Amino acid sequence: METAWVYGLIGGLMIGAGAVVLLLGAGRIMGASGIIGGMVDGTATQRGPTVIFLAGLVGAPALLSLAGWTVETQATSQIWMLVLAGLAVGIGTRFANGCTSGHGVCGLSRFSLRGLVATLFYVGAGIVTVTALRIGLGL
Amino acid sequence: MRALVSLISGALFGAGLHVSGMTDTGRVRGFLDVAGDWDPTLAFVLGGAILPMIFAWRMTRGRTPLTGGSFPAKPEQTITRPLVFGSILFGIGWGLVGLCPAPAVASLSYGGWQGAVFLVAMLAGMWAVPPLRRALDTNATQA
Repeated sequence: METAWVYGLIGGLMIGAGAVVLLLGAGRIMGASGIIGGMVDGTATQRGPTVIFLAGLVGAPALLSLAGWTVETQATSQIWMLVLAGLAVGIGTRFANGCTSGHGVCGLSRFSLRGLVATLFYVGAGIVTVTALRIGLGL
Repeated sequence: MRALVSLISGALFGAGLHVSGMTDTGRVRGFLDVAGDWDPTLAFVLGGAILPMIFAWRMTRGRTPLTGGSFPAKPEQTITRPLVFGSILFGIGWGLVGLCPAPAVASLSYGGWQGAVFLVAMLAGMWAVPPLRRALDTNATQA
């Protein structure tokens, strides 16, 4: 679809606007792994607002889907792969202290060297993984 | 007030992921497939998200957040082993399925058991990190 990049840019600006609201409004970095991880391991300091944030994160796309704007997904149905990948993302992002939103969106925008290094490594590892799966296993 | 700020921020984030197609794992994996049928959409998403944040970070200078408190200080810019190896591990998982933490949560919105299985495994991994860190630190001091 030729217009995918337009939707990408508009959606990206919306994600950025979400990060702006949380930063200027509450002084918090909109990093998904930090926000979710803090709830899981008990280190979260603002549990109430965080639950509301997560409700918005699920609720807005749910409303769009209900309104008829559905998104296709092509996630694998191999359970071992889903579990392995979920564990890797959970453990990796918490050790690295950030993911695509924290290191990528919030880190790169403040010209953080740590954010840049993290982004280069996770994108690089992602490229190697996708390429290896396609060539090696035909997935 | 903080609740409203959190709701607006989370809703913009979730809607943005939906509109940009980043809850579609095929599109995300397409971006990482640089040697194959490359899909550049994710670069536009990341660029679009970074742009307003560049101005927001500038606005934080000499101010405080709307609902009080203070802005987060820039962490010390040291490149540590957890940063590098954690990011590599994250990238491997991201490439395997095409989900990162925020879309994993947002994917609950359109159902599908695959996203839910991934999310449960991701939460388990996050839960395991503090004890894992302690074990690694103990090994490091004993060695």
